[in-house]
Parts: sequence; C-alpha cells; structure tokens
Amino acid sequence: MAKVSKRKNVCKKKLKKGFEVTQKSAAVKPHVVYDDCEEEEVLNEADENITSEEEEDDNDERKRQKLLEAISALGGKRKKKLGERSEAAVQMSEFTVNAEGEGDKIDLSDLIGTMDNNSSVPAKTKKQLKNLQQTKKTIECPLSKQESERILRDVTFQKAATEVSRWKGIIRQNQRAEQLVFPLNQEPSGPKPIERVVTSWRAQTPLEQEIFALLSANKQPINDPILTPAEEASLRAMSLEDAKIRRAELQKARALQSYYEAKSRRERKIKSKKYHKVHNKAKRKEFLKQFDEMVKTDPAAALEELNKMELARMQERMSLKHQNSGKWAKSKAIMAKYDEAARKAMQQQLEVNKDLTQKLVISVNNEEEEEEEEEASHAQLMPDFVNDAEQGLDSSNPWMRGKLSEDPTEKKMSDIVDPVAAGAGVVGNIAEEEEDEEEVEDTEEEALLREFDSRRKLRHAQKTDTVPVICVDNEEETVEENKAAAEDLNASDKEEEELSEFTSLFKGIAEAENIEAAADASHMDTSAQLEEGLMRIRTLEDVELLSEKSATDKVPVQPQPPPATENLPSATQKAGKNKKRKRGIELQEALTREAKVIQIPLALTVEDTEDSDEKLDQRGLIKEAFAGDDVISDFLKDKRKAEDAGEPKVVDLTLPGWGEWGGTGLKPSRNKRRRFRTKTTPPPPRKDQHLPSVIISEKKNSSISLHQVNSLPFPFENHAQFENTIRSPMGRTWNTERTVKKITRPKVVTQLGAIIEPMAQEELMKDKKLVSAGNKSSVDSWKRKH
Amino acid sequence: MKVKILARNPDDYVRETKFDIQRVPRNYDPTLHPFEVSREYTRALNATKLERVFAKPFLASLDGHRDGVNCMAKHTKSLSTLLSGSCDGEVKVWDLTKRECVRTLQAHEGFVRGMVVRYCGTSFFTAGDDKTIKQWKMEAPGYGEEEEPLNTILGKTVFTGLDHHQKDGVFATCGQQVDIWDEQRSSPIRSFTWGVDSFSSVRFNPVETELLASCASDRSIVLYDMREAAPLKKVIMTMRSNTLCWNPMEAYYFTCSNEDYNLYTYDMRILDRPVTVHMDHVSAVLDVDYSPTGKEFVSASFDKTIRIFPKAGGHSREVYHTKRMQHVICIKWSADNKYILSGSDEMNIRLWKANAAEKLGVLAPRERQAANYSQKLKEKFQHHPQIRRIAHHRHLPKSIYHQTKELRTMKEARRRKERNVRKHSKPGTVPVVSEREKHVVTVVK
Repeated sequence: MAKVSKRKNVCKKKLKKGFEVTQKSAAVKPHVVYDDCEEEEVLNEADENITSEEEEDDNDERKRQKLLEAISALGGKRKKKLGERSEAAVQMSEFTVNAEGEGDKIDLSDLIGTMDNNSSVPAKTKKQLKNLQQTKKTIECPLSKQESERILRDVTFQKAATEVSRWKGIIRQNQRAEQLVFPLNQEPSGPKPIERVVTSWRAQTPLEQEIFALLSANKQPINDPILTPAEEASLRAMSLEDAKIRRAELQKARALQSYYEAKSRRERKIKSKKYHKVHNKAKRKEFLKQFDEMVKTDPAAALEELNKMELARMQERMSLKHQNSGKWAKSKAIMAKYDEAARKAMQQQLEVNKDLTQKLVISVNNEEEEEEEEEASHAQLMPDFVNDAEQGLDSSNPWMRGKLSEDPTEKKMSDIVDPVAAGAGVVGNIAEEEEDEEEVEDTEEEALLREFDSRRKLRHAQKTDTVPVICVDNEEETVEENKAAAEDLNASDKEEEELSEFTSLFKGIAEAENIEAAADASHMDTSAQLEEGLMRIRTLEDVELLSEKSATDKVPVQPQPPPATENLPSATQKAGKNKKRKRGIELQEALTREAKVIQIPLALTVEDTEDSDEKLDQRGLIKEAFAGDDVISDFLKDKRKAEDAGEPKVVDLTLPGWGEWGGTGLKPSRNKRRRFRTKTTPPPPRKDQHLPSVIISEKKNSSISLHQVNSLPFPFENHAQFENTIRSPMGRTWNTERTVKKITRPKVVTQLGAIIEPMAQEELMKDKKLVSAGNKSSVDSWKRKH
Repeated sequence: MKVKILARNPDDYVRETKFDIQRVPRNYDPTLHPFEVSREYTRALNATKLERVFAKPFLASLDGHRDGVNCMAKHTKSLSTLLSGSCDGEVKVWDLTKRECVRTLQAHEGFVRGMVVRYCGTSFFTAGDDKTIKQWKMEAPGYGEEEEPLNTILGKTVFTGLDHHQKDGVFATCGQQVDIWDEQRSSPIRSFTWGVDSFSSVRFNPVETELLASCASDRSIVLYDMREAAPLKKVIMTMRSNTLCWNPMEAYYFTCSNEDYNLYTYDMRILDRPVTVHMDHVSAVLDVDYSPTGKEFVSASFDKTIRIFPKAGGHSREVYHTKRMQHVICIKWSADNKYILSGSDEMNIRLWKANAAEKLGVLAPRERQAANYSQKLKEKFQHHPQIRRIAHHRHLPKSIYHQTKELRTMKEARRRKERNVRKHSKPGTVPVVSEREKHVVTVVK
C-alpha cells in the first residue's frame, strides 16, 4: 500500500512537471498535448483498482504480522527479516532467493575501506573518492521513459525541420518563376564539345603514356588537346562578333583621323588673307562662346584663360602693333585721304587695338543681379491669385474673384432648416440688398456664387455622362425637394422633417443592400469552382446554348448589378412616394420656376441690410451673366430630346420602279408607299416617364452586361490593376512576333516522353553555390550538419 | 512596236530555299487595329468553348484483372510500363503503348497491399495479406522457367503499405508498426511505433529522402526520420487519412486524402493547420498522387470520380468519371506529366489525359503557338463571367450532382447555425474557427 501511495506522489510530481511544460509550450502552440502523462495516469488508475480490491485481505494479514513481530521482540533477539513476498518488487527475484543484506543500504565507506589497503589505487582517485564521500548530495533520478522519448522526438523534429527548410529558397524561386522547364536539369542538346568527350579517355599504351608524360612536363593541356589555357582565355575574352564590331570601330576611327588630317592640311595651304581673317574672327567668336560656358562649368580653366587674355592685353599695351604708327600705317595714312579701303583698314587696326586693350569686366553687378533674381523668385513663390485681378478692392463684384474665402455649407444647412421662417418677399430683400463691408453679406454672396458654380458643374457632368441617371444623386434630389418645400408656403416644418427622415431611411436601406450584395458577391466568388451540372455538352451549339441558358438563369441571381440598375427601382420608388405625399410634383410645376427662387434660403441672414441702387445693379449683372444659362429649360430640352429619340419612327422602304414604271419625275404610287411604309414597334415605356427631374437612358444594353465582370476578382486590389491586365492585347495583330512569343510563353514546359525525376539534392547544392558564394559561414554550418 | 510590260524580279517574292523566312510587311499602328480588347475577348470565348468541345480525357481501359485493382506502381525508368496488383493477389505488368498486359504473376494469397518499383527499375517489391514481402525481377522469366520471387520476407503481421527509398536499397512497410528494411536483411533495421494503432500507408519523401510519413488508423499522420530512433511528430485529425503523397518538387509539402471527403496539404514543419483544404469530393478520398512537376495532384475517391486539384487551390480544376467506373481505389500520375492512371473496384485500369483538351503527340510549331496563345487568352479573361462559366462547366452523374448540392446545403446550414449561435451568445465565447483549423484535433510532440 505504501508503495502505491509513493507512486502516486511520484506521479503527482510528474503530472505537475508535465503540466508546467504543457503550460509553457501552450503559449506557443495551443494544440500540443503530451501523451505520456495521460498514459501514466491510466496506469496508476489501474494500479489503484487492483490494490483496492486486495486491501481488506491484506489488512488482517498485516495485523497478524505485527503481532508476531511484537512477540518476537519480547524475546530480545532480533529476528532476521523475512524474504517473503508480499507484493511485486524489484528486489525480489522470481525464485524468491534473497541475497544477503540486500535490503541494506550500501555505504560508500564500505567500498573505500578496501581501497586503503590496496596500494595500486592512485592517490588521485583516492582523493576524489574521499571528496565524494564528504558530499551529501544525491544524484537526481533519470527522467521517465516517456518523457525522455518526447524530448528526443522534439529534438529530432527540430533537426528535420531545419534540414527541410533549406529548400525554402528553391521552392520560392520555382513558385515565382515565369517558366519552368521539366525535367529540371537537362543536358543541353546538340553536339557536345570534344573536350568533354575526350576527358573520359585514358592513356593506356606505353607510347601514349610517354607522350602524356612529355605533355604534362611541358605544361601542355592533357585533357583538352585542342586549346591551351591561354588560347582558351583569349577565346573567352573576345567572341567573333565582338572582334568584328571592334574592328569596324577601329576602321572608322582611322578613316576619320585621316579625313581630319587632310582637311587641316588643305586649310593651312590656303593663301587668301580674307579667308584667314574670317576664319580667325569665327574662331574668336567661338572661343568667346566657349568661354562663357567655361565660366559656368570649369571655373579654373576659365581663370587660366582670363590670365592669358590679361597677358595679351599687357603685351598689346606695351607694343605699338596696332597703334597705326608703323610703316604700313603711315603709308596708309597718306593714302587714306583718297582711298576708302585704306581708311577702313586703319579703322580696323584701331578697333583691334581697342578690343585688345579693353579691360575685362568681371561681373561687378553680381549682387544686383542676385537681388533681381530673388525678387523674381519671390514673385514666383507668390500664389497665382495675386495676379487674378483685385482681391479685396472690389468685393462687390463676386465674378471677379477667383476663390471663396469660407466654406458656406454649414450656413447653407442652417438656412435650409428653417425656410418657412424666411417668409415671403425675400426676393425683394435680395434686390434691395446693399453693397457693403459686412462679412455676412460677403458670405452670402459667396454662397450664391458657390451655388451657381456647383449647378454649372452638375449640369456639365450631366452632359458629359453617358448615362445621366447615375449622376442624379440623392443630395441633389433632396436639395430640390427642399427648394420645392420652401416654395410651397403651405408646407410645414413637420413635412420637412418627414422628408429628411425618409431620405435617411432610404440611404440606410441602400447601404444595407450594398453590403448584402457585396457579401453575396464574395460568397459567389469563394464557392463553385467547377460548375457541375447534369447536362452534357456534346457540340459547340451546346456550349452556346449553355451560355444562353445559364445567362438567363443568372440574371436574377447576379450578385452585384451595376450601380445604374441598382439605383433604378429605388429611385422610381422614391419618386413615387414623394409624389404621393406632395400630391404629385408635375414636371412643369417642379422645374419651370424662376431661377431666382433657388436663392431663397440663402438670403435669410441678410434681412437687416440697407437698400441701394448699386446692389440692384449687381443683381442685374448676375442675371445678365447667366442670361443664357437656363439650367432647367436646358434639362427639359434634353429630356424631350431623349424621349423623341426613343419614339418609333416611320421607315419608308419603297423602291421606285419595282412593280410599276420607273424613271425621272415618276413617283411611286401612294398604294405602294403605304404598303412599304413600316412603323417600328414602340419601345416599352420609358423608365423616367413619371420622374420629373431625371433622365434615365434607355441605351443601356443588358446583353452586354452579361459579359462584363461585375466584381473585382480576387488577386487584384483595385479596378485599375485589373483593367490594366485586360487592356494590353497579346495577339500578333497588335504585337511583334518576338513579343508575342515572349508573352505567350507557357508556365510549365515538359518534354515529350521524358521522365521527370523528383527534385534532387544536387539542386540544393547548385542553389547554395549560386546564392551564397561569399556567404561561407552558412555553407560551413551546413557541412557541420552533415 | 515596243511593248511595255510590268516586270518584277522573282527574287523579291520567291524563296530561294524552303527555309527562307518571308518578310511580311506589317503595320502595328494601333489605329489600324481597333477594338483589341473585344476582339481578344471573342477569341478567348471561342478558345474556351473549343477547349470544352475537345475535352475528351478518357484514353483507354486496361482490363484483365479478375478482382478489384488494389494498388499500382509506376516504373521508375520506363514510361510505358505499369504494374498493378489486385485483390486476389495477382500482379500484372502492362505495356501502356500497346495497352495490353505483358506479364501476369500470382504474387500473394489475398490482397496485394502494396507495390513499389526499385529506384533502378530492375526489380519490384510487393507486400500482401499473407504477411510476406516479395521481391521480383522486372524481366519476365525465360521460357520454361518458373515465376519465382528473388527474395521473400516473412513478416509477423500483415503489411498494409510499402514504399521504397529514392536512392538506397532501403524500403519501408507499414502494418502494426512502420518498419524500415534493408534489402539484404530479413528483419527490419528499424521499427517505429507510437501508440498501438495500425497504419494504412507509408511514403518516403522523394526530395529529403530520409524522411517518411505514414497515416495511422487513429486518425493521425506521423512523420519519421529514417536515421532517428523515434518518430518526429504526429498530427491527429478529426477523421482518418487514407493515404498521403509528398510533393516531388517541394520538400516540405505533403497532401493526405481523408475520409471526410477532403484532401489536406500540410507543411511538415507546421502541422497545426493544413496549408490548404481541398474540397469537392462527395465521398471518402482513397488515394492521391502528385504530378511530377509538383504543380497539381490527382485524387481518387469512393464517389467513383477522379479529381485534379491545383496544388494551392481549394477546389478541383477537373473531374473525370465514366459510367462504368466504380469506386476508384488507386491513382497514379505518369512520370511525363501527361497521363493519369486509375485503378478501380470493377477490375479495370483506366488511362486518362492529364489535360483533357490537350492534343497528344508532337505539335507543329504553329499549332503550339496557337495553343499557347489561346491558353494565355483563357487565363487573361478567366474572370469574365461567360468564359468562367463555360470553362468550369462539367457534366456530373446525377447521384454525385445531387449529393454535391446536398452537401452544400448542409454546409450552409451549419454555417448559418454557427453564425446564429455566435450572434446570440456573449461576444468572444464562440470564436470563429477557420476551415483550416477545424479539421485538426491536436499535434502530438
């Protein structure tokens, strides 16, 4: 029993240990479980079961034993321990033979005692043993089998994992490779170089051996009988093409040189003075030009040149060369009276002198220039609007201003909230408004401006957009509704609130729909890789049929129809609701109001301003400026045009001369005309039939949308990326032969009839050599591993 | 009278030899070739349709076995040779080009459980239900000679699987334990046990050749190193794995076929969660084999279909089935990456094309270019709904079709329920478990 409890304790300890370990490792890997502890537990449980059954029997037995012992102790003589077997134990041999003193503890001193007598034991060992005797520490018992096995497994796994991880580089590389050619390390096809063939051959006969000995003695190539290393190196250094190119270059250079030489020789031989004069002048000019550049690029050289020029000046000043004091000059001076040319020549001489003696001016006004430049840069730094006419000077004229100082949306919002409070006669107010310095006034004008601006932009967008429906967004609609409400004097605040509530609700719904649609789309993407059906495709027609059939199937299921179709029903619905509430907003009623009315809410804040004629003028000015800009009638026109375009037209298909006489001046009979005049079937009613402020294009072709991608495919992050992949064509109609070949390279190429072996270890070695030629440490570590 | 004629120099338009390439003047000005996207789209659509029209993957059926085909082995050196073992202990050697059986031998009594060709291709090993491993010569015995194994090893227990080392004379068997054998000895040089369960399959890693993996019937996959005394690690899954196959090009990836209709690709260094879960089968997956390029693998299932999966794809790109093919028990991908071989219950071995619409044989350069171009077009426009749908349409037998639908419904319902439970419980109490994590119970060190 005692044994059992001991074991229990041990197990508890173990359990604890195990538990600790698991806790530690659990932080790293949640799934890891150590099975050995479980096993242990199971074992212990079994033990307990067995012992509990026998417990009662044992109890009596033990009592008897105790009694016997007590009696024997009375006798004073200690009885020898019985080697009787009560339970399984290590000390017991199976033959119940008990060694003498087996149960006793063996002391180290027992062993050491004999050592003293023995002289052959070295002193060192004796000392060690004595030290050992003094220490009281016990050696810890070894780990259990399960635990040690687990540790072993762990270690070996780590080793294997690191070993396998060496392949990471190659695997990555292959995954990214544009093209993989299998089998992996193919021998290059075609004839092999003769050197490689020859290497396998060995000298055998004595003569051959002698020759080879000679060859090796003279450092001639043995394996490669064709080329010496030097020759090979030279070959490698320059290929034939390179050599050709180089030769051509050299030839060209030589030819150029000879041309140049001939030219200069020719020029030197020219005797004409005029030629040389012109030539020199040109040279000087050229030099001056170069000098200017030199100052910028190479100041040192320029300085040198300057010095040279200075020197020349000094010489000139010292000499009397161009001072018209020579013999020649004197003779010329005599002639000058009568000869024009002589006078000119003298003049030139003087000019040359002047030129040469002129002192060089080295940009004294540098600083001034710099200042100027600074100013210029300042001017550049200044924002553009400085130039945009007057800023604060003429605040009365908003048209002259480029920018608006403040964003008035908030103000506008507040204006919109209480349109009724504004009351009537606002138009008058506006008209009476005075041009003044108040900021309120200012903002009001700006708001006005902004309003017009946005309106213009909107209109512009409408015009440019192919599908005008899309651009009719909620905001605009609400604004318009607000306007209508403001205009309607009966309209109350309550209604207004309702309206805004409705719009918010509508927005919420739309958003929810969007989210759902997105979710649907994602779901569609993830599921159904192969569309497996019961229909078997046999012919091309079947394929066609399939496409049609499932196209029709798909239409309602389409996860995310393009935004236009999405908005359509909701828009109509909304319009319908509005109509109901407001007893029908008729097109004319809603839209053919004076453009002025729009400004009602904006005028609210300026009731207290004074009247003046100038203001009136301004209003007039605005009106004048926007005289041709009637947004609403434009819109109405557009809409009518769209409606007209969709209406059925009468097509006259009569051909003159068929069935009756033909010729000039002859008209086909009325009967015939009536017969061949066909009226196209009227299209279905327009979707914007009952929507006053919307044009819904009927041009949208739903049959095309079947072929269009309606959600961004997986690996792409944005639409631009995806569109880019689609945009560039790959065929030979658009690309050159080489490009096509390059683009259409298949990802995996296999050779027909070749066995593809699994990746070999050599592949890794190759990679190692390539990648870490310099990184020797890693190679060393790898070697150590093996 | 002088007659003026138009004369052209034939050198300008006649080829000197037939190898001369004629210069075709072209103008690539994009304004002359408008609508490039729409034109290419049409081409892609046509290519997709044609691919479906030409998709005829089934090539041949090899019949001759008198019981279900239980295992197959590829010849390591010859593409045209296939070995197959049946449930009555018979082994047949096939010539695939002639599509006929060239040799038959009664190898075992009872099932032939495992079969593998030695790396040199001169002999092959079979393991059977009669507790023996036999080594046979690849060549047929001469006239008058008896069909006898080179070597027979008597084991203590039944062997259920067999695999040979890539370059050494060492092979591994599994049964009650995983044994590593030297060809020269009659007792295993090493045996691994971990728990008391029996193993269904053992495979050597073809790249890191000393590593092995086995599937045990306690739903676990165990990894071993041949050089070590103890196994490395094991992962326990929710259901039993039948077989596994290592990727021949990527050392640390392997794929196992599971009883829960899925296949799982694992990174052997990280066993906590599979890298990919491959779904689509509607019954237990019985066998799996990688393509020699390591880009795809093929799986055989109890649902009478074969599916081809891309290595990293969650769903199959192809499904093969015929009316007469029953439960497919074993599958192999040929070493030239062109064919697939399947052995099934109804005693036949079937030969399939790996790419259903591919033209077999040598392609003319222009043919190859056209094929490459259309392939690229298909890839480019693969996300367009029409092309996608046509490319992914497959005919399925009624039972499988309906079963797929049913499974989908079940899955959806389960997901909905889980979502609802999560919605109605305290936040954080019902964690979101990803599909990959769902199937792993524990990793045992």
